[in-house]
Amino acid sequence: MADENKPSGEGPPSSGDSAAKPAGAPPEARVSKPAAEPAAKPPPKKKAPAVMEVSPWEGPLVDALKERFGEQVKEFLSYRDQNFLVAELPAAIPIIEYLKLEQDFDYLVDITAVDYPEREKRFEVVWILYSFAKNVRVRIKAHAADGESPATAVHAHLAADWLEREVFDMFGISFEGHPNMKRILLPDEWQGHPLRKEYSIIQQDQDWVRENLHIESA
Amino acid sequence: MPEATFLDANEMVLNMGPQHPSTHGVLRVILKLDGETVLGTECVIGYLHRGVEKIAENRTYVQFAPYVDRMDYVAAVSNALGYCHAVETTAGVEIPERAQVVRVILAELNRIASHLLWLGTHALDIGAMTPVFYCFREREEVLKIFEKYCGARLTTHAFRIGGLQYETYGGFEKDCLAFCDWFLPKVDEYEELLTTNRIWVGRTKGVGILDADECKEYGVTGPVLRAAGVEWDLRRAQPYSGYENYEFDIPTCENGDTYDRYLVRMAEMRQSARIIRQGVEKLAPGPIKGKVSKVLKPAVGETYTSIEAPKGELGYYVVSDGSVKPYRIRVRPPSFVNLQALDRMCRGCLIADVVAIIGTIDIVLGEVDR
Repeated sequence: MADENKPSGEGPPSSGDSAAKPAGAPPEARVSKPAAEPAAKPPPKKKAPAVMEVSPWEGPLVDALKERFGEQVKEFLSYRDQNFLVAELPAAIPIIEYLKLEQDFDYLVDITAVDYPEREKRFEVVWILYSFAKNVRVRIKAHAADGESPATAVHAHLAADWLEREVFDMFGISFEGHPNMKRILLPDEWQGHPLRKEYSIIQQDQDWVRENLHIESA
Repeated sequence: MPEATFLDANEMVLNMGPQHPSTHGVLRVILKLDGETVLGTECVIGYLHRGVEKIAENRTYVQFAPYVDRMDYVAAVSNALGYCHAVETTAGVEIPERAQVVRVILAELNRIASHLLWLGTHALDIGAMTPVFYCFREREEVLKIFEKYCGARLTTHAFRIGGLQYETYGGFEKDCLAFCDWFLPKVDEYEELLTTNRIWVGRTKGVGILDADECKEYGVTGPVLRAAGVEWDLRRAQPYSGYENYEFDIPTCENGDTYDRYLVRMAEMRQSARIIRQGVEKLAPGPIKGKVSKVLKPAVGETYTSIEAPKGELGYYVVSDGSVKPYRIRVRPPSFVNLQALDRMCRGCLIADVVAIIGTIDIVLGEVDR
């Protein structure tokens, strides 16, 4: 909701400053004069499609992965000296298994996701792996559409159990083959998946007040 | 023939928590028992879930900084260090030398405070009542330094993105050194109480074993991993905040049981004191805040940065869309991941050992549930 006012600040920092501060709580309150600004939101977005300034990631590991997985890995990139690759969703688990068994990436650090509702495949699932022997960390990213199920990593790394359940809880991405795919942090009867971008915490609060206190909250 | 009663059954399910003094917060564990032997456990978590990752998306980078203190609230400084370090990495901000040194000193003080709280409560769980009083007495001195430095004792919000908000107070160095001098004999005192205590040894040796391979399999880090013999510490493996300039040992043990984890943490407190002393020596005058724009808008990008928190690897995955608010912040909490190994550690042990094992993992539910 309120987030949408923020990314418009592509201009100089000073103007972004004044635009960003009041946008936090009441955008409608003072839009009488500068109403044109919020209305003109979409154009500036197109004007400057800021993208991550990535550089290619190269090295023996990349060569080995290219040889093994070929077209299934779309990109090998590096940003701020952190290496990651973008793979096809079905290839993610074979890559994780390969990295574990043949490249010593024996520690699954984290599994998480990022929601981009405007994309055709809205979720970006991220696996972070680390190798104790090489002291190297890599990230594997894959895109998943709503309702699409990535395969579970539990059979390669037991650590994936709770991490995948949390991703399911927060995003509604269900991992295929997971032995116990249910909510972990929220109650089982919870509606919705909070870390989806359309899930509004203000709306949630208002609904709760209406249901439980039988009043409308401001 | 009367129907089978519960007396005939071999298996029994017992609920433990969420309101239970030795679950260290609101952790609920469902135990499947055969007599007194644990056949399996299931953790029910989330009682303290506040949705900090969602909150992060609705706050600016600067506004979100105080929230991280509320995750692992006994190691708030480490959380803040991890968060600031992650945002600084994403935004490409350089931190002045002096700020880095102060950060290291405070983070190590916090490690001592966190381990002290762990030791006191862990020993209390097992039935040794004295250490908790001693530990809180020493922890108080750490909190006093925090209070003098930034006014807060627990959720300190000690750091700011780009460096520090406050210059150290007059006598900060003296307080830190005096604390180290006073504290190290106290560690010996705890060891006198526990290390060769027959009851302590009997309750901890061979209990809750997790070997090195299992640790890696479960993603377990921190003292639990080091007690299993893996000499791995992010301060050494991937130094941050200038840790490469400090001399310290990474204590390890071999057996990966509750007793070894105790020994590792005791040794870590001594190492932390060693780092604090070196930090005080390094403390030279200089600026305490790097160049950070008032309206912080990191360039579009994603980074994963992690630090060695007292409980293990604390990571932050920050996704920036170029605006003042983070597009996504993922916290990789050590407690959450380490707690997952509870089931493996508990299987085959006795009910009373479950309490010891929960204690030895050193969880903080604020961080497990976020």
